[in-house]
Amino acid sequence: MSRWIDEALAEHAQAEHEHSAHEPLTPAGRAELPLAEAQDREQQVLDRIDRARRRRPKVREERVTMSHGAGGKATHTLIEAVFLDAFRNPLLEPLEDAAALQVNGARIALTTDSYVVSPLFFPGGDIGDLAVNGTVNDLSVSGARPLYLSAGFILEEGFPVAELTRLAESMRDAAAAAGVHIVTGDTKVVQKGKADGCYINTAGVGVIERDIDLGVAHAQPGDAIIVSGPIGDHGVTIMLARGELDIEADIESDTAPLNHLVAGLLDQVPSVRAMRDATRGGVATILNEIARAADVGVLVSEDDIPVRAEVRGASELLGIDPMYVACEGRLVAVVPGQDAEAAVAALRAHPLGEQAAVIGHVRQEQPGIVQLKTAFGGTRIVDLLVGDPLPRIC
Amino acid sequence: MCLGIPGEVIELHPDQPDLAKVDVSGVRRLINIGLLADDPPKPGEWVLIHVGFALSKIDEHEAAAALAFLEGIGQAYEDEIAALKESLIE
Amino acid sequence: MRFVDEFRDADKAHALAAKIAALCEPGRQYKLMEVCGGHTHTIYKHGLEDYLPESITLVHGPGCPVCVIPMGRVDDAIHLASQPDVIMTSFGDMMRVPGSGGSFFDANAEGTNIRMVYSPLDSLKLARQNPGKQVVFMAIGFETTAPSTAMTMIRAAAEGLKNFSVFCNHVTIVPAIKAILDSPDLRLDGFIGPGHVSTVIGCRPYEFIARDYGKPVVVAGFEPLDILQSIYMLMLQLSQGRSEVENQYARVVPWDGNIVALKAIGQTMELRPYFEWRGLGFISHSALQVREKYAAMDAERLFQVPGVRVADPKACQCGEVLKGVLKPWECKVFGTACTPETPIGTCMVSPEGACAAYYNFGRMNRSRVAEAAQVGRP
Repeated sequence: MSRWIDEALAEHAQAEHEHSAHEPLTPAGRAELPLAEAQDREQQVLDRIDRARRRRPKVREERVTMSHGAGGKATHTLIEAVFLDAFRNPLLEPLEDAAALQVNGARIALTTDSYVVSPLFFPGGDIGDLAVNGTVNDLSVSGARPLYLSAGFILEEGFPVAELTRLAESMRDAAAAAGVHIVTGDTKVVQKGKADGCYINTAGVGVIERDIDLGVAHAQPGDAIIVSGPIGDHGVTIMLARGELDIEADIESDTAPLNHLVAGLLDQVPSVRAMRDATRGGVATILNEIARAADVGVLVSEDDIPVRAEVRGASELLGIDPMYVACEGRLVAVVPGQDAEAAVAALRAHPLGEQAAVIGHVRQEQPGIVQLKTAFGGTRIVDLLVGDPLPRIC
Repeated sequence: MCLGIPGEVIELHPDQPDLAKVDVSGVRRLINIGLLADDPPKPGEWVLIHVGFALSKIDEHEAAAALAFLEGIGQAYEDEIAALKESLIE
Repeated sequence: MRFVDEFRDADKAHALAAKIAALCEPGRQYKLMEVCGGHTHTIYKHGLEDYLPESITLVHGPGCPVCVIPMGRVDDAIHLASQPDVIMTSFGDMMRVPGSGGSFFDANAEGTNIRMVYSPLDSLKLARQNPGKQVVFMAIGFETTAPSTAMTMIRAAAEGLKNFSVFCNHVTIVPAIKAILDSPDLRLDGFIGPGHVSTVIGCRPYEFIARDYGKPVVVAGFEPLDILQSIYMLMLQLSQGRSEVENQYARVVPWDGNIVALKAIGQTMELRPYFEWRGLGFISHSALQVREKYAAMDAERLFQVPGVRVADPKACQCGEVLKGVLKPWECKVFGTACTPETPIGTCMVSPEGACAAYYNFGRMNRSRVAEAAQVGRP
């Protein structure tokens, strides 16, 4: 175990050594050392940490743990160190919600998602709704008009056919609401004890008809960050629905197809720079993805982030932060500052965007870092969580 | 570990005297009030909840007193700021 | 949210900040320790330091019950979890704490069944639902949480449950504070006293700090205004040359504590002769173990735990951070080899640990609210 500690220490020491070796030399040929007051020392440490954070991630664990599935740091590290490393190609690199492809002159978006939520049925929806809406949303926030979905099922031996039928009907209804068709699929059965009843994978294809190129890397200082509605509904619903916490609340999953909402937004505000579907990892994860991809600072205001009272109550009770809790019917949009008002108005014109709000801005200071102005008036950082104490939300 | 949240007692459990339902911002949970056996809470009273147990009752008078102190300081502050602004104008 | 939002009001914060700044003697530096990890968390989560003048430094204390668990005890827990038919249950805070072979999450990846629970009562429920399994509850926490473990054990006994036991790692706060006071490395001016521990033990146990060591103590609530008000009360004491124990959190903390809770602890647990604290070494009479009378629920008696002492990794400076001697960013491996994702020590992995709080929330150069320093000066 301590093996990785020694390796990590050596790695960082080497990297710091190389960094100092590249320090610009004064004309006299010696490196100029700054005066180290307490504040300067702290700043030096902060700089060192910033450098460490930008280095290529390595997976330290020998086995996959639940943290790797939470959508936070561990997931990102696993994806970058294992998958990106193996599959490396320019189409994959942006790691957006969908890949933007050119096929015979047409611009196409392709995405895939797997759903392993437990319980399968919960207030506001079921795994079938999630599967359809989730994929529709990934396509929509990439600027595409969602068209066709595939649906792969992994079923546990003993799973009731009546429940499977219910799920299929949910998916039919969700697809109809979104205006998409499920055109191909697959079915596998695994032995009792695996698959938790039912796992679903969906892949989706959409066509990018608008002349836009969305991506979080396009965010610029001055841009406004907008969220389409109250956050954390889905994740808290799932936690409560597991029944382990003996908590009752009138909270429902917010699962919904966002394609019409997005179309409305893009019609009014074609200058949108980026959109993301806020799922696993919550809004906080997206804010960090923006800061990192565009190398900008992000400042959001706690008072401006919409959260339902019950979601807040449940979160306080459990000691979790709604900013990290999954949504399934919310988007985060980055738009040029001067278009923020129009964007909010466009979102609010649609029932799914009734409580849309500007939650913060992109800025030049502190690139790569997300800061929050707390309701109390102080400031703090909002970093990615490593994992998440809520296994399997979607 | 120090996480304690205030909740309002909604009802006592009809069959189990050491359980009560509390409400935190519209979220309800059954908690154990056994630690308050000497002075069990009644519906409408507030308790501090920690890992599924009520640790203490929230004394509304003390809460009001704490807030009054903070209000007082706030008022004195407002007065001072106002005075400061006035003196600048002069 | 009632009793929460009122104590997060930014306007009142400015007023308090001004009062605090006004009480600072020019040229003097103040060091106040918040003992409780929950206070450390609040301070960073709400950006409270922005309201304090440069001359006041908050020193983070050892009141994080997860942070003080030595690696050997984590190994012991994993050993327990590895026994046949055992379901180990634990609070979420413990799941990522590194033992010498990995954390609970890592152990689960290797085949153990360690489940997260919100309350010890959830463990009891699991035991009822799984009569063929041995359900072990890893009990951690200071005196705040010990009564809940105690009540759970009493309930289990009343129900005649045979498959529930407790791996007891409860620790007591006063010996930790005393170790800090007796430490030659530290000069503190006052203490922000633990809030929720005090609902159980009351405020009297801190009287020795004011009386024998001459340091003021203010028992504080957990909302940002509570902490600011407590700092104000401490500064007032210092400026008036007093050293007393005061209770800012009177709406929740009874001066005499909670007798029922203390009785429940006394019925089920007793002080260990000594216990090892990460970073502080062996402290006598500082932790609890299950009483003989409840031996059938004592995991340490039911199962053999290896009890091997595991030395902290050489690079780890958690001990000094826990004592408040080092600020998190002063630790050599902070933020580089030791991060929340790759924690070397407990201070980085516990949600209340000073390093985690600083890394996750406070890792920036602070611009103190300029107003606070100016308004209120004569």
